[in-house]
Amino acid sequence: MHRGDFVRQMSNPGGDRRPARALHIDIPLLLLLLVLCGIGLTVLYSASGQSIFYVKRQATFMLVGLFSMLLVAQFKPRFWERGSALVYIGGLLLLVAVLFFGIGAKGAQRWLDLGFTRFQPSELMKIAVPMMVSAYLSKRYLPPQFKHVFFATLATLLPVLLVAKQPDLGTSLIIFSSGFFAIFLAGLGKRYLISTGLLALAAVPILWFYVLLDYQKQRVLTLLNPEDDKLGAGWNIIQSTTAIGSGGWSGKGWTQGTQSQLNFLPESHTDFIIAVLAEEFGLIGVLTLLLVYLLLIGRCMVIALNAQTMFSRLVAGTLSLTFFVYIFVNMGMVSGILPVVGAPLPFISYGGSAIVTLFCGFGILMAISTEPKRI
Amino acid sequence: MMVDAAFSDPARERMLFARRLFVGTLVTLILSIVLSLRYFDLQISRYQNFATQSNNNRVLVRPLPPPRGLIYDRNGKLIADNRPSYNLTIVPERSDDVEQLLSDLGQLITLSKRDIRRFRKNLKRRRPFEQTTLHVNLSEAERAILAVNGHRLSGAETSARLIRHYPFQDLFAHAVGYLGRINERESQTIESVKYSGTDSIGKVGLEKFYENQLLGTVGSEQVETNARGRAMRVLDKTPAVPGDNLTLYIDSDLQRVAFDAFKGERGALVAIEVATGGILAMVSTPSYDPNLFVTGISQKNYDGLLYSNDRPLFDRTIRGQYPPGSTIKPMFGLIALQHNIVTPNDKINDNGYYYFEGIERPWRDHNFARGGHGDGVNLSKAIIESCNIYFYGLGVKTGIELLSNYGSQFGLGSATGIDMPGERPGIMPNRAWKKGAHGQSWFDGDTINASIGQGFMLTTPLQLAVMSARIASRGDARTPRLVKSINGVEQTPLQTEDNIEVSAKHWDYMHQAMQDVVHSSRGTARSISKGLDYKIAGKTGTAQAISIDAEEKYDSSKIDKRQWDHALFVAFAPVEKPKIAIGLIVENGEHGGSSAAPIARAVFDAYMQSQQSATSVVRR
Repeated sequence: MHRGDFVRQMSNPGGDRRPARALHIDIPLLLLLLVLCGIGLTVLYSASGQSIFYVKRQATFMLVGLFSMLLVAQFKPRFWERGSALVYIGGLLLLVAVLFFGIGAKGAQRWLDLGFTRFQPSELMKIAVPMMVSAYLSKRYLPPQFKHVFFATLATLLPVLLVAKQPDLGTSLIIFSSGFFAIFLAGLGKRYLISTGLLALAAVPILWFYVLLDYQKQRVLTLLNPEDDKLGAGWNIIQSTTAIGSGGWSGKGWTQGTQSQLNFLPESHTDFIIAVLAEEFGLIGVLTLLLVYLLLIGRCMVIALNAQTMFSRLVAGTLSLTFFVYIFVNMGMVSGILPVVGAPLPFISYGGSAIVTLFCGFGILMAISTEPKRI
Repeated sequence: MMVDAAFSDPARERMLFARRLFVGTLVTLILSIVLSLRYFDLQISRYQNFATQSNNNRVLVRPLPPPRGLIYDRNGKLIADNRPSYNLTIVPERSDDVEQLLSDLGQLITLSKRDIRRFRKNLKRRRPFEQTTLHVNLSEAERAILAVNGHRLSGAETSARLIRHYPFQDLFAHAVGYLGRINERESQTIESVKYSGTDSIGKVGLEKFYENQLLGTVGSEQVETNARGRAMRVLDKTPAVPGDNLTLYIDSDLQRVAFDAFKGERGALVAIEVATGGILAMVSTPSYDPNLFVTGISQKNYDGLLYSNDRPLFDRTIRGQYPPGSTIKPMFGLIALQHNIVTPNDKINDNGYYYFEGIERPWRDHNFARGGHGDGVNLSKAIIESCNIYFYGLGVKTGIELLSNYGSQFGLGSATGIDMPGERPGIMPNRAWKKGAHGQSWFDGDTINASIGQGFMLTTPLQLAVMSARIASRGDARTPRLVKSINGVEQTPLQTEDNIEVSAKHWDYMHQAMQDVVHSSRGTARSISKGLDYKIAGKTGTAQAISIDAEEKYDSSKIDKRQWDHALFVAFAPVEKPKIAIGLIVENGEHGGSSAAPIARAVFDAYMQSQQSATSVVRR
């Protein structure tokens, strides 16, 4: 890097960002994330039955996440580009290890027991796959040729299948979309797009009869007729739509939601937390949250457009589009337009490892946004 | 990387990316609008609808836990049933002052510090209007006191639930196992819907093996609640389906006889019904009271069981692995006969020592001091008097591979497949096994040790019983089973492996030899023949707990009792038409004939008597 780069960078519009730049912090991104965390803890307090225990734990995870984000941001995008293959292969090996040595919950086998803590390799893949695919494609001519698309797809499907086998449909869906977005952003030809769409349609019956497990099919059927499964997922949907609907414009007030407070809503502090927010803060609350999410995604898009290398662009674009998938899947499933797959609402749902992963993703975005400009 | 990029057109690529990103943004916005519309639809368009529903929706779904399946013995006696138990629970929302309530309750009934501590811990994690348990297992007197004072204890409730009860206490602890609280590890592997309202799960024994059958299907009821969440009336109910009832092959009277016959000695006994492979009795002593575990065992009691030298928690029948000693001699004899390695007429001269070519130190017989078993020892005599020297030679001639192959057909060296969790396989050694386990080649010395059931060979008491049953049935290789029927439905014919191929005359010969072990004047188990009105066939065994030098004399008076030899006995009866087969061990019991065989006799007597009375009832 030339000394001149540094001078040019200082003359960037946007005021004096020197201390933030030196620490590789993107101020708008950080502010929006903090707002989300604030909303998250507020809703969690109410959703957990006013339990300070859960709030404290969640806040701890957020702090760990923030710290990890800043740590990740300190390395240049080039570093992450070079390391992506290593991270990806390591993650893949860990996923295979989960198949053999993993420990499970409720019939699914997702964790590796490290003795002092548990680790979920599929979380790592949520970042490793977009990095790997971006690093691979950014080295080729774009739009990518058939064989490059082929290898990129392979790199995506391998972890997707391993995670789906655990089985963790929500996470495999996220990983799949991240790989797809990277290929799409790299300029995947329209012919491919159309044929992929057709293939996906053709795959639906195969998935239904050979891949999906009984309980997963049950989830889809539940969407069509929630009354059938009163103790399980159907109950959740009946109760969550009632909770959301009874919120009206402005909601029943913080900690005043009868649906959530009277224990009608199971899993109200994890996957179904948006129902609590909708009941207590109404449509205004829901739209506000959605707006904050969209601002965050918008900021990420700007970072992607201004990024210095194709790798940075692809990673930033992919991560921001994938982030939206989280939101869409969760808000869609709780409001009853998508099947229940077990996907948390980012920064709002209770759950430690998912939050740390999200923050790490935004750490990479910060590294990209604060990368010095080249000519 | 720049090699490729040098020929590419960065500006064009950038434009392409920007266009694609724009499409992505557009889709994001459209989907956001879809979401907004959905929430608008729910919250604004259908607000009235949902608001009413939410107001009236004071309907809670409560799980109805199913009663767990019962376990009966073969005569219909209850071995495991469910009894109501009453817990004191508190819902803080319904109390004005929880601290006051706690101190009021403390004056009425005894609350331990542990109760209070656990209560406060659970209080932090519970959800509003959830009952939090304060005290379990209220006595009748306590319930009465609470009922009388109920008016001034708002927020406190006694709730009834069923808990497991084992009326025979320690008699079936190992075979049936026990139920305990679902722990954290288990709670992550079970389907939580199935266990809604249930907080226990089978931990060991049959309770664990048949967990899915015993559990039953959870039901649910929809309850209308008032504004404070208190249940007012039941609207709709899906009743729970009770778990399946198990009927065992076990005869609890026989089990009692077997258990008492050990007279406090450590050991294990398994009795098998020859015709079916069903387990008639399964005893591991010392035992413990499984009822202690049902509502949560105290640390003190648990430590007492866990650290006791007698290891009462250890299920010796399927997890205890002992050298089988001479009890395997009939089996080895059958193998050698079938393969024409020896004939009944082959005789050896036994002077108490066995020299093997190229090895200086001799193997000795247990009665080498008396100069061995003397002249003219044939297979029959070697069985009756338990002559080691004969079997050393026979083992070497037969070879370990043949012994090992046949041994597994008789049930040794691998899990028998009984319907219990945690069975150990024992060891039936051969060349490949030693290479794998010890990385060493097989020596003839190993064969010599194996030929009298010592050395590497290990068996569980269950395996001994299975071997005994397969000899009794002349090679009918049945898998042992505890459960006879589930909900009255007889279990499908028991899996049979390939039957063992040994010709009839060899079975006759060996049955006769084993009968003479008990009934002839020189048999090692002759002491139990007194007053027998039926015929028993058996074989005694002694397993070394410590190793003793060939020239050193084993003298029990000089060593600690914990290091005395284990006494073993395998047997079946009646010889003409075998009905029951037994394998048993008395730890540190020294001699199979004197300490193990009398236990078998007691069980046989009880069994024959019950058979007689059964037939006499039929005749009448």
